[in-house]
Amino acid sequence: MKLYLKYFEIHLKSAMQFKGSFFATMISQFLTAFTVFLGITFMFGRFNSVDGFTYEEVLLCYAIILMGFGLSQLFASGFKVFDSMIGNGQFDRILCRPRNEIFQVLSQRVDFVRLGMLFQAVVMLVYSLVTCPVDWTFTRVLTVIFMIAGGFVLFSALFLLDGSIAFFTIQGLEVMNVFTYGALEHGKYPLSIYGRKMLTFCTFVVPYALIQYYPLTYVLGRADRLWYMFLPIIACLFVVPCWIVWRIGVSRYKSTGS
Amino acid sequence: MRKYLAFFRTRFNMGLQYRVAAIAGLACQFFWGAMAILAFKAFHDTDPSSFPMSMPAMSSYIWLQQALLTLLTLGGMDNEFFSVIESGNVAYELCRPVDVYGMWYSRSAATRVSNAMLRCVPVIIISALLPAPYGLSAPPDLLTFLTFLLSLILALAVINAMGMIVYMITFHTITPRGVRLIAINICDFFSGDIIPLPFFPAGFKEFVELLPFSATANVPLRIYSGDLHGPEMVKLMLLQALWAVVLIAAGKLIERRELRRVTVQGG
Amino acid sequence: MIEVKALRKTFKVARREAGFSEAVKALFHREYEYIHALDEVSFSIGGGEMVGYIGPNGAGKSSTIKILSGILTPDSGVCTVGGRTPWKERRAHVKEIGVVFGQRSQLWWDVPVIDSFELLKEIYSIPDSVYSKNLSELTETLDLPKIIKTPARQLSLGQRMRCEIAASLLHDPKVLFLDEPTIGLDAVSKLAVRDFIKRRNQEHGTTVILTTHDMQDIEALASRIILIGKGKILLDGTLDDIRRGGEHIDETVAELYKKFDV
Repeated sequence: MKLYLKYFEIHLKSAMQFKGSFFATMISQFLTAFTVFLGITFMFGRFNSVDGFTYEEVLLCYAIILMGFGLSQLFASGFKVFDSMIGNGQFDRILCRPRNEIFQVLSQRVDFVRLGMLFQAVVMLVYSLVTCPVDWTFTRVLTVIFMIAGGFVLFSALFLLDGSIAFFTIQGLEVMNVFTYGALEHGKYPLSIYGRKMLTFCTFVVPYALIQYYPLTYVLGRADRLWYMFLPIIACLFVVPCWIVWRIGVSRYKSTGS
Repeated sequence: MRKYLAFFRTRFNMGLQYRVAAIAGLACQFFWGAMAILAFKAFHDTDPSSFPMSMPAMSSYIWLQQALLTLLTLGGMDNEFFSVIESGNVAYELCRPVDVYGMWYSRSAATRVSNAMLRCVPVIIISALLPAPYGLSAPPDLLTFLTFLLSLILALAVINAMGMIVYMITFHTITPRGVRLIAINICDFFSGDIIPLPFFPAGFKEFVELLPFSATANVPLRIYSGDLHGPEMVKLMLLQALWAVVLIAAGKLIERRELRRVTVQGG
Repeated sequence: MIEVKALRKTFKVARREAGFSEAVKALFHREYEYIHALDEVSFSIGGGEMVGYIGPNGAGKSSTIKILSGILTPDSGVCTVGGRTPWKERRAHVKEIGVVFGQRSQLWWDVPVIDSFELLKEIYSIPDSVYSKNLSELTETLDLPKIIKTPARQLSLGQRMRCEIAASLLHDPKVLFLDEPTIGLDAVSKLAVRDFIKRRNQEHGTTVILTTHDMQDIEALASRIILIGKGKILLDGTLDDIRRGGEHIDETVAELYKKFDV
């Protein structure tokens, strides 16, 4: 932990060396999330609800998933540049050091510009918490926290998987973007609107629905099932297969260059 | 012409070599389009009367958007060859007996076209095979299709000119990347990339349609799907032409100023 | 200190031909080539030795260094450093070694060098007293006091290399791997680096393994030479063994390469 704070400090120092660039990129991150928010707002200017969900409820859904995604981008973006770490020999250096590899890859990058995206998430979360006609009991608040944390873990696991692919092919696979950026983009709406098949896929293959749709129905009082609040924790088990792929990758690692 | 063909071919081969990436990229676009259509379908089913386009037109819009992604978005800008200025190799470019802006403009357009060609064919074929209202439907008639092509060329002219300007004016700032990303965000939104312009609130939509951003993907995609027709269509196409001329002229002016700066800096 | 027996490492490389039709073909079917980077490599190095590991490009030098430092896992063979197998006990192993890759940097680019050192202190869990002792010794012998407050990106290559070497030695490694440590350096920096490595070896008994294309490095530092070519050890002996007196060291080595046809 102390070591991570040390890394954190260095990243912050580095980012502050180029303040203009830092803030411009942060604003662009904010705009990315903000334009999606505007899109939702415009849509609900025409429609009162979608699949039974109101504007405020959809905003709550988007805020939660955006927060999980943003946190994971902030802290786990080391995996996203992992292919270049292999390419430029940085991973060789990591292997020469007496610390866990995953920990080191994570500490190579803290992407502070994502704070722009997180800002948008916080604003929407506060707004929807206030305006949603929900009786905020302790378990419901806790469920929202679980959903955000579960989203953070799930997206980080997907980034880990994405990074691991770099062990097997030199280029990263664009298809992984579907599971990360795509899940954010399309997870702004409750997953049920995409139909039963998609919901099943998002329950049993990549467990997005466990951090989004099911606990959300509990929070909004549509499903009176308290156990839905623990589904985000089960979703975290998705880390296990991703970690196994990573381990296989490390053992087959071929260093590049001379 | 031969030069461009050679350029095309190398790009094509480069793209083909990464087979996994090519197939994966295709799957990615396909999934993206399908999800977007399902989301709009959900809104449509909730209240069809509030839906400003027909559902088949909506699907066609999304599939063409996916197919022409690299052709018509500001993010499709190929920054690679602009690095000649950064590296100082611009001296070579200046030695050649051609108009610098014209050369860069056409090269940038060629990059867009070749990138899009690799991807659009499979997306168009597969999406055309999907059942209604989810698939890409044929345009209402031949004339519409020809108008679509014309508008597509105008859109390319506008977006390419815009990309050049964004690139050149951010060139000497300390934050080229960040500012470019902001420009891409703004352009994407106002060109109907997040939600199509017909979904914008009345009044605001009419204003946005006057902006250069909407003179890009917005017009051809809506013409193809049959959403845009009659005098409204003619008006927006004239606007496209106008913006193309204005942006190219502005680009040339900026280029002249920038080059002077480069040569001064080079000493 | 280091025992290597019958080490093998093979890489699979996709073969690719030019042209459009070849590119289309490669979409469906791909041919592979097998490259034997290491083929039954064996040697042993005692504590406190300084060994020059030489060979032409692509001979297998880097692969060996990467296996010894725990980065690569070989296909077969035995390798122990200080009694440990690098790729099996990676973390315990790397605490005992220092690695310098001449063409790469381990310093943080945008922050002062001293911040990188502080970070390494945490990574290697170096106790405060040991760290301050090593730091003052290294900064003094490598003449760093003035430059460690500067961000790494602003340093000259020579200054940076001195910092890289210091960074690799903060945790008192018993073995130091140097992969082309003098590449691209000016004459003064080269001499300073060589001089320092020599002193380090004499005063701390650090085992040094050095790969380089600069034969002056070998002449100045290595009492023993291991020559590798096409993945095989071709020669293992002292500099005097291969020298026939009088001629320039570069000629001697060129002669060797020619003799072994590598």
